Amino acid sequence: MNDSPMPSPLLAVEALSVHLRTDAGLARILDDVSLTVPPGRTVGVVGESGCGKTTLMRAILGILPRSAFVPRGAIRFEGRDILADRAASARGRIGFVPQDPYLSLNPVFRAGDQILEIMRRHAPGTRRDHRAKLIELFRAVQLPDPEAALEKYPHQFSGGQRQRLLIAAALSCDPALVVADEPTTALDVTTQREILALLRRLAAERGLSLLFVTHDFGVLAALCDSVTVLYAGRVAESGPTRAVLDDPRHPYTRLLLACHPDRASDLTGIPGTVPAATAQPAGCRFHPRCPIARADCANAPPPLLSLPGGRSIACPHHADALPEPALA
Amino acid sequence: MARFVLRRILLALPALLGLVVLTFVLSRVIPGDPAATLAGDAATPAQIAEIRAQYGLDRPIWEQAIVHLRQVLTGDFGRSVFSGRPVVEEIAFRLPATLELTFAALLISTVLGVGLGLVAALDHNGPVDHLVRLLSVGGLAIASFWLAIMLQLVFSMELDWLPLRGRIDPTLGAPPDITGFLLLDTLLAGRLDLFWSALRHLVMPAVTLALPGLATIARFTRSGVLEALQKDYVLYARAAGYGRFRLAAIYVLRNAITVTVTQIGLLFGALISGAVAVEAVFDWPGLGTYAVQAILSSDYKALLAVTLVVGVVYAVVNVMVDVAQALIDPRVAEEMS
Repeated sequence: MNDSPMPSPLLAVEALSVHLRTDAGLARILDDVSLTVPPGRTVGVVGESGCGKTTLMRAILGILPRSAFVPRGAIRFEGRDILADRAASARGRIGFVPQDPYLSLNPVFRAGDQILEIMRRHAPGTRRDHRAKLIELFRAVQLPDPEAALEKYPHQFSGGQRQRLLIAAALSCDPALVVADEPTTALDVTTQREILALLRRLAAERGLSLLFVTHDFGVLAALCDSVTVLYAGRVAESGPTRAVLDDPRHPYTRLLLACHPDRASDLTGIPGTVPAATAQPAGCRFHPRCPIARADCANAPPPLLSLPGGRSIACPHHADALPEPALA
Repeated sequence: MARFVLRRILLALPALLGLVVLTFVLSRVIPGDPAATLAGDAATPAQIAEIRAQYGLDRPIWEQAIVHLRQVLTGDFGRSVFSGRPVVEEIAFRLPATLELTFAALLISTVLGVGLGLVAALDHNGPVDHLVRLLSVGGLAIASFWLAIMLQLVFSMELDWLPLRGRIDPTLGAPPDITGFLLLDTLLAGRLDLFWSALRHLVMPAVTLALPGLATIARFTRSGVLEALQKDYVLYARAAGYGRFRLAAIYVLRNAITVTVTQIGLLFGALISGAVAVEAVFDWPGLGTYAVQAILSSDYKALLAVTLVVGVVYAVVNVMVDVAQALIDPRVAEEMS
């Protein structure tokens, strides 16, 4: 790994906290999360369910639920704070590929019309221009019979085709960044591969940045230049994908990778569960489950330590070896 | 789509056939002897028997049913036992009055019901939502004859804004008779004074009849919109930057409305039966008052014809509802054909 400076980021999430008012009290969904996506790079965000991936993504897309608020932090896109300045909203410049292609298109409108409506609001040109461009995009995402596809309703496409439609939709307004929320989990394995290959090719061809939210390390390794691991709403570890996967440092990342069926000899799992967002433990949020936790881990949230090779780790004890049973 | 419509119509035919046979059998097994009614109180048994033979009432019931069915198929509904005039003529005069009233009520309840339901859903648990809920409960709870009388008391007797009863002001001269729909006929004849009179006469009966339907439609629209708002495609559309108005009023409403449209079809039956009470209070010369009169005078010919006509109207409305469903949601058309 070289230490050459990354180009100035396209997207910068800066010490972002997102809290939610719930009946059970204040839910601290995200705390102090920082993350950058440089132009033309693919960044992965990984973590278990409930770690805050979805909320992070919704904050970037500007669709936080009404009960959510942002006590601290900023999201800068192309230099402007898109959280504070709604007028500077990056709609159109940030494309979105949702998780479930079956549920993300309205069944009673033609799929093409739904995309044309996005373009009408966020892309320059006439409807005729938009149609021509959309047909071209349908071709680029390898949708069979692009002209006819414009006239079809969502249920007339297969799952893989629908995800291609949604990728075309994400690209329809010439975005600089595409946010993808586990875009392959709802698809069968062979289709997954095709969709991932398509995303990688399109990102490369168009010089797009990708922010990829996933819990799949295989996807991560195949697609992402760098990765940020979230645990219970905080960054546990981040760095170049290869380095993090080959040599995980944070005890959570190490255990998580050991859980992965491709890597572990048997499925161990991490003892305990992710804490509820309304009852986050003090100090390091992982310490109740951590095999190398010490007394001081419960005192204060550990700062993010910078390591060589562009890595950072939120664990002062990351050099300690894990006890054998934990890595069985 | 044409095949779909044809299919729906063909499916409605057996139901109507069943209706004809069933109502006929029912009309013959319920107590009351039409021959005796027709003959009058002073008639001798011999006179009654003669009338019975004249109308074919002495034949076996299955034979009567077949004769009746054949007559219905040729459009012959016989003469009213009560007035002696052909039933078809009497219904042709009264059906447009009832249809005008029920369609006006349907229009009011649909437009206001959908609008209120949408606004309530967008203000979920807010003041508007509560107000609409109150209105929905009230609309279903208030008896229409009571509401009709209250409206008359306030808007006719007290304020003198609207006419008390009838379809049109008789002092303005006879209305043109083209289709029987007064609003349409007066416009076609270019008689704006008559049109205005007919419209003013229509307001209170239509509002009275519309209220329960309005309440139902508002409730179903509200829950439909709330459900649709939770869908992934709404979140996706928000992320993709749809405008707020388009999202709520078009994108979500079209999904929510499928449930409402089904309700409208069911409501139409309630509207027609509700029209009986409303027509009685407002002295509206429609099918409802005619039916009541026919029941009271054991006028079975008139009653059978009214039942069939209402059945046909109901079937037609439900075919229209199915077609509307298919137009709103393309999956419906595919499932059904």
